[in-house]
Amino acid sequence: MPIFSYLAIPKTEAKEKLCIELSALDHCQIMPADNQDIVVLVTDTPDESTEKRLQERLKKLQHLQSLSMAFGYDEKNDKGEQTDHET
Amino acid sequence: MKLDRRQFIKQAAISSAFATAGSLFPGISFGDWNRLAGNSALITWQKSPCRFCGTGCGLLIGVNNNRAVAVKGDPACSVNKGLCCMKGYHSVQALYGKDRLTTAKIRKNGSMVEVPIQEALDLVASKLKETREKHGKDAVAMYGSGQWTIPDGYVASKLFKGCLGTNNLEANARLCMASAVTGFMTSFGLDEPMGCYEDIDYADVFVTWGNNMAEMHPVLFSRMVANRKRRKDVTIIDFATRLTRTSQASDKSILFKPQTDLAVANAICYEIIRNGWVDSNFVGEHVSFHKGKTNIGYGTEDHFSFKDKAESIDFEEFKAFLDDYTPEKVEKISGVKAEDIKYLASLYGDPTLKVTSFWCMGMNQHTRGTWINNLVYNIHLLVGKISTPGNSPFSLTGQPSACGTVREVGTLTHKLPHGVVMNEKHRKLAAEIWDVPVTNIDPKPSNHTVAMFRALDRGDIKFMWIQVTNPMVTMPNLKRYRDGAKKDDRFIVVSDVYPTPTTDIADVILPAAMWIEQEGLYGNSERRTQHFAQIVDPPGEAMSDTWQIIEVARRLGFTKQFSWSEDDYIEKIWEEYRRFHAGPKHEMAPYQVLKARSGVQWPFVDGKETRWRFNPKYDPACTNGKDFDFYGKKNNRAWIWARPYEPAAESPDSEYNFWLNTGRVIEHWHTGSMTRRVPVLHNAVPSAYVEIHPEDAAELGVVDGEKVRIISRRGEIVMPAQIKGRGVPARGMVFVPFFDESYLINEVTLDAFCPISKQPDYKKCAVKLEKA
Repeated sequence: MPIFSYLAIPKTEAKEKLCIELSALDHCQIMPADNQDIVVLVTDTPDESTEKRLQERLKKLQHLQSLSMAFGYDEKNDKGEQTDHET
Repeated sequence: MKLDRRQFIKQAAISSAFATAGSLFPGISFGDWNRLAGNSALITWQKSPCRFCGTGCGLLIGVNNNRAVAVKGDPACSVNKGLCCMKGYHSVQALYGKDRLTTAKIRKNGSMVEVPIQEALDLVASKLKETREKHGKDAVAMYGSGQWTIPDGYVASKLFKGCLGTNNLEANARLCMASAVTGFMTSFGLDEPMGCYEDIDYADVFVTWGNNMAEMHPVLFSRMVANRKRRKDVTIIDFATRLTRTSQASDKSILFKPQTDLAVANAICYEIIRNGWVDSNFVGEHVSFHKGKTNIGYGTEDHFSFKDKAESIDFEEFKAFLDDYTPEKVEKISGVKAEDIKYLASLYGDPTLKVTSFWCMGMNQHTRGTWINNLVYNIHLLVGKISTPGNSPFSLTGQPSACGTVREVGTLTHKLPHGVVMNEKHRKLAAEIWDVPVTNIDPKPSNHTVAMFRALDRGDIKFMWIQVTNPMVTMPNLKRYRDGAKKDDRFIVVSDVYPTPTTDIADVILPAAMWIEQEGLYGNSERRTQHFAQIVDPPGEAMSDTWQIIEVARRLGFTKQFSWSEDDYIEKIWEEYRRFHAGPKHEMAPYQVLKARSGVQWPFVDGKETRWRFNPKYDPACTNGKDFDFYGKKNNRAWIWARPYEPAAESPDSEYNFWLNTGRVIEHWHTGSMTRRVPVLHNAVPSAYVEIHPEDAAELGVVDGEKVRIISRRGEIVMPAQIKGRGVPARGMVFVPFFDESYLINEVTLDAFCPISKQPDYKKCAVKLEKA
């Protein structure tokens, strides 16, 4: 059940079209920047096979130049620093 | 809709993406984005200043079901215009660490035992009372913070100075901003910058003096870089002792040997005069020349005392003083090429260029911190580049309310909310507002921070209450002060949000409300006061630091002075406090105005903020009819000081042959007690390290990640080496960040300080290295 966030870079002057493409995909949420041709994409899929299918669909998007991952989550690796102070 | 754990992680994913976008594309904004609100119908957004550095970025905090779940930059805040750094975007996660302190604890038979908070407050009050009666009023002390809210600091000052009659009140801003204060006071007679962040939008040249802004003030740095991209003709010069991310992004990086910034600043002045770049009209009308004492010591011994004495000199004497600082002579001292000194002077000297200088800890944590502050002002004053848009000597602060709480409220031993304890008029004003006899307020300052911890070690102080700070990580020469605090008849109270090495030495731990779990106000680097409402509830019995002090004050019998109701005490405290600053030089905005806006700059006169002080076009306090009015000084002039180069308290020698420099990283806030509990930030930089120059590492036979023993005359520490990391020190220097309590670098540092500001120098001591 992974959650990822990405910076999605559209092809030249294709930000709006990319937003439409991404909005049409299941398990995707987008946040376009106001003043740059950048879109934040968050994916939240229920299982690995869905995630793989989504990845394939993302690769085929017509107006997507590139995706850079900003955050990745799996349940095995979410522990912060713990200390052992006497309290 | 209830927000579950998965949705919370999703918010973290969004925050990370925003942070990444912010670092890659300076100025990027997601301010109009509202899909999150649309998708999560119960999220509401409320404004707050960021709780971390002194920049004072405006945030919008997303709240669902009484839990802060998301952060975005506040587009209505002129500081950051919708942008945040990675700490800001992840800031709310610091509220929810698994080991948050939620109940009070007291030490019984050597172990900490949970008790109701009211019982712990009873004990604090009775111990304070008992200590005071048995050992005198100066046997008790309070040590706070630039992370105190303004009301926290105000009630602490009222209780300790007004009611208990002791000036044993200090704050950790002594460790970060005291030299900035004494620099302002000696040069201008009034504290805090004359300019504002808008200077960034006008300056043609930026010089960062020992200041890694890319990591320490990333949002302001982004604004600088965005201006360079937008306007093309902007130049950034990094003047530092080690290569950092700021150096990488600058147009020119100039390295100097530690402590020699004093000599270089004087050489710049020498060149300005030699080339005829002095703005004679400005200097003639608005500047006077002075010198002070020299060979002023380093404060390493107990009971050290120093008082400077100003003598007037004229321009010719100042010019003659600078003869020792030709670029060629200074090249030999500083390692900075004469041509680079001349280049710097030419930038300051060119009348067509607007120049802003930024600095922070590099100049302040300096055994001649006051002097180097004076010297950078000298440069700006000689060329008249001050108090106009883009021309600004700008001292940045490290903490969210070092200015608001420590410098403006005056939570330092010598200060009052208006003025100083030594001044009878100021004492009378305080006594009147506080409703206490004027004789309560001691006219003599007692202990600055280092002296206070020395007094605790000696036993002159026996009771200390520490709030919102972690001195058992941050004090220099740490072992002495930790051993002192642990002595049998000392009683230490610590109010905090997480367990730390400081709670480890406590006899009472009070769980504190953190940031938006209480209402409060901060004051940032550009004289901006920022209000925040209580947005979520504090956990368990956690209580605001302000209210903890009020509870104890009432138990001590000061009910008349602390009579506020829990419903509106912040508003009442603010309105009482702002009486201290009435008048055009420091008028503060009313509570309702602050509540409505994302920060308001003081002086706030007739409903208008003051962007540039001392300039009558912007500052209503100017009354002399001239184009500038430096009204802080009795002669209505800014003061240029002849301050020489003097060496550091401890320099490398044949045995201890490396400089040790300490500091911070972008991911962590100070001692890491909050940011290390944010998984994304912790995982980014999980532990401290020692940066070593690659050639020094090769000589030691150390590769990246191998352990190195760092030894000083005070202690030693073993930690992993980092070679060619984000920072690269010059040969003969090592750098260690202090955020990691597993590697207490202050076991090694020296408690030398500037004799004028009493601020310790964390940037320079001598160590030797061994492969461990």
